Amino acid sequence: MSNDTSIIQINQLYKQYKDADYFSVNNLNLAIGEKEIYGLLGPNGAGKTTLISMLCGIIKPTSGNFSINNLTYEKNAFEIKKTIGVVPQEYALYPTLTARENLLYFGSMYGLKGKNLREKVATALYQLGLLKFADKKIDTFSGGMKRRVNLIAGILHEPLILFLDEPTVGVDVQSKNVIISYLKELNAKGTTIIYTSHHLSEAQDFCTKIAIIDRGTIYAEGTPNQLIQETSGAHNLEDVFISLTGKELRDDV
Amino acid sequence: MMYKLWMSIYKEFLLLKRDFGGLIILFVMPLVLIITITLIQDSTFRTVTESKIPVVLIDNDKGEISKTVIENLNKSGQFEIITTLNGTELTETTAKEAVFKGKFQLAIIIPKNLSKDLQLKVNQNVDKIVSNFGIGDTSETKKDSLPQKIDKKEVRLYFDPATQLTFKNNVKSSIDKMISQIETKSIYATFQEQLGEGDAPIFEQESFITFKEIMPTVDNKEVLPNSVQHNVPAWTLFAIFFIIVPLSINIVKEKGQGTQIRLLTNPVPYSIVIAGKTITYLIICMIQFYLMVLVGIYLFPYLSLPVLDLDGKFFLMSVVALFSGLAAIGLGILLGTIAKTQEQSAPFGATSVVILAAIGGVWVPVFAMPKIMQAISQISPMNWGLNAFYDVLLRKADAVEILPEIFLLLLFFIITIFIAIQYDKKKRAV
Repeated sequence: MSNDTSIIQINQLYKQYKDADYFSVNNLNLAIGEKEIYGLLGPNGAGKTTLISMLCGIIKPTSGNFSINNLTYEKNAFEIKKTIGVVPQEYALYPTLTARENLLYFGSMYGLKGKNLREKVATALYQLGLLKFADKKIDTFSGGMKRRVNLIAGILHEPLILFLDEPTVGVDVQSKNVIISYLKELNAKGTTIIYTSHHLSEAQDFCTKIAIIDRGTIYAEGTPNQLIQETSGAHNLEDVFISLTGKELRDDV
Repeated sequence: MMYKLWMSIYKEFLLLKRDFGGLIILFVMPLVLIITITLIQDSTFRTVTESKIPVVLIDNDKGEISKTVIENLNKSGQFEIITTLNGTELTETTAKEAVFKGKFQLAIIIPKNLSKDLQLKVNQNVDKIVSNFGIGDTSETKKDSLPQKIDKKEVRLYFDPATQLTFKNNVKSSIDKMISQIETKSIYATFQEQLGEGDAPIFEQESFITFKEIMPTVDNKEVLPNSVQHNVPAWTLFAIFFIIVPLSINIVKEKGQGTQIRLLTNPVPYSIVIAGKTITYLIICMIQFYLMVLVGIYLFPYLSLPVLDLDGKFFLMSVVALFSGLAAIGLGILLGTIAKTQEQSAPFGATSVVILAAIGGVWVPVFAMPKIMQAISQISPMNWGLNAFYDVLLRKADAVEILPEIFLLLLFFIITIFIAIQYDKKKRAV
């Protein structure tokens, strides 16, 4: 899976949590090219969030290695963190602070400061339709508004690579459209996006490349059209997904 | 990096400002606590005599009286008599120094020739009475000879200035009683010797032996500690350590909200995040301390309580408060890192503060605790803080003398932060 222009290169990656009798990520190999919108799709417990958590430096792999922009966490953790942006599944905002206060704080953690920071915050809030709510506390926001602020907190520093863990979960269609449009703009400006979602139709339209992941392993990889064409009887990504991962429920504790 | 630190501090202040309940806990509750406790506590402290209290005894008499005092002290079962320190015989000077530095609670100094002079005095009195009654030796020579002048004797008592007043009063009255009994016994014994059987005594009733508590002096002025000077440092320390509760909740909340995950992915060292919290909560600790000092100085007199007299030790008291605050913050960060929910951190934090206060000597003086608890109290940061406060305020220690306690408080902070960071790293590696 090696690729000369890949910005993320993953080799034989394993992750087994303490006390777990299975691997959440199991011998995973992947190369993600520059400026891709790469979708990681899979059922609950497939290993998507675990994979993103490792790539973001939140948890450590059990074995294997990966590089981000030719850098590794062992040697260049600080440099990688400056390069990436992360939009976690949780809102990851301080509920008693205003949207502006949250963004000024998280922006400053990326080294932004002063007028530049304030302008970036105001611009992003405007672009995502939140400027008039900038000085309202987050705990007064709707789910869709929180998702948008959550997104801004991850992109203020204009990252080279953006990790999004289910960025549109629980939001209305309007908010979803705003978020997706904004992400497409970012990608057009050169940001590589790695994205997980359960919204398969959204992923089909949004992603340039998709990997179907289950039980910690990549089952299939390609453009949405490639995957649909290569799967017999499939008319859309959902058919591909069911064909590869099955119909049984994935409840687990 | 400084800007990141500044923004971290600013963020923590904003979070505190928006948490009204938290502010009540941080500022109002400690003030209510210190006022309530000081008001309801009488001016004396409870004496707990479950274990033997070490008492320095300097026997310059080597006679019957000192023998009786030693016997009575031993018989009481409350005291352990100490005559040497580090293998060296204690003198009045070394005993005084040791007691005023808090190494012992009490020293009793029995003066030279006490037994001999008491007997002489008693004999004179008895002779006088007997001759007045016209019995015994009534020869002209004896009548005309002037009685030998005998100076009054003083048993000196030295108390650790941090010793609770009830304990002091109990000891003083016990010794007073003991001496009176010895004196009376001697008189009766002499009467018995001379008369065989005596009727109503007609000798001097005034107590021959007195004792005097020698207080520490600063610029030749005696330092008289009062209950406020015991209570304010003790309960201020208690309040400072209560910072553990809101701080640990703050960290647990960050984990629950996901903001900690975001911070872990940001190019900011975890040390900056911790430093932001440490500085913010340290400022809170110092504000708490100064508020309580202000209450002690300006409000207590209006409540008919003695005024808190810092006696020029304001700076050193602030230093002790600062390092006590650091120790409390270290513990709060450790607890917040280990706890998974607020339901774990809040009750555990509150209970641990109460336990630390108990073993630290806030309620019951350490010297009166059972041996095992005395040993445990030596590893309690609240005990180090309290001792440092008492050293400064009551024992009039200087900066050098409180260095050991300051060092221990700082070490405690460093160790707890180190454990918290390592625990966090290990947790993310699994």
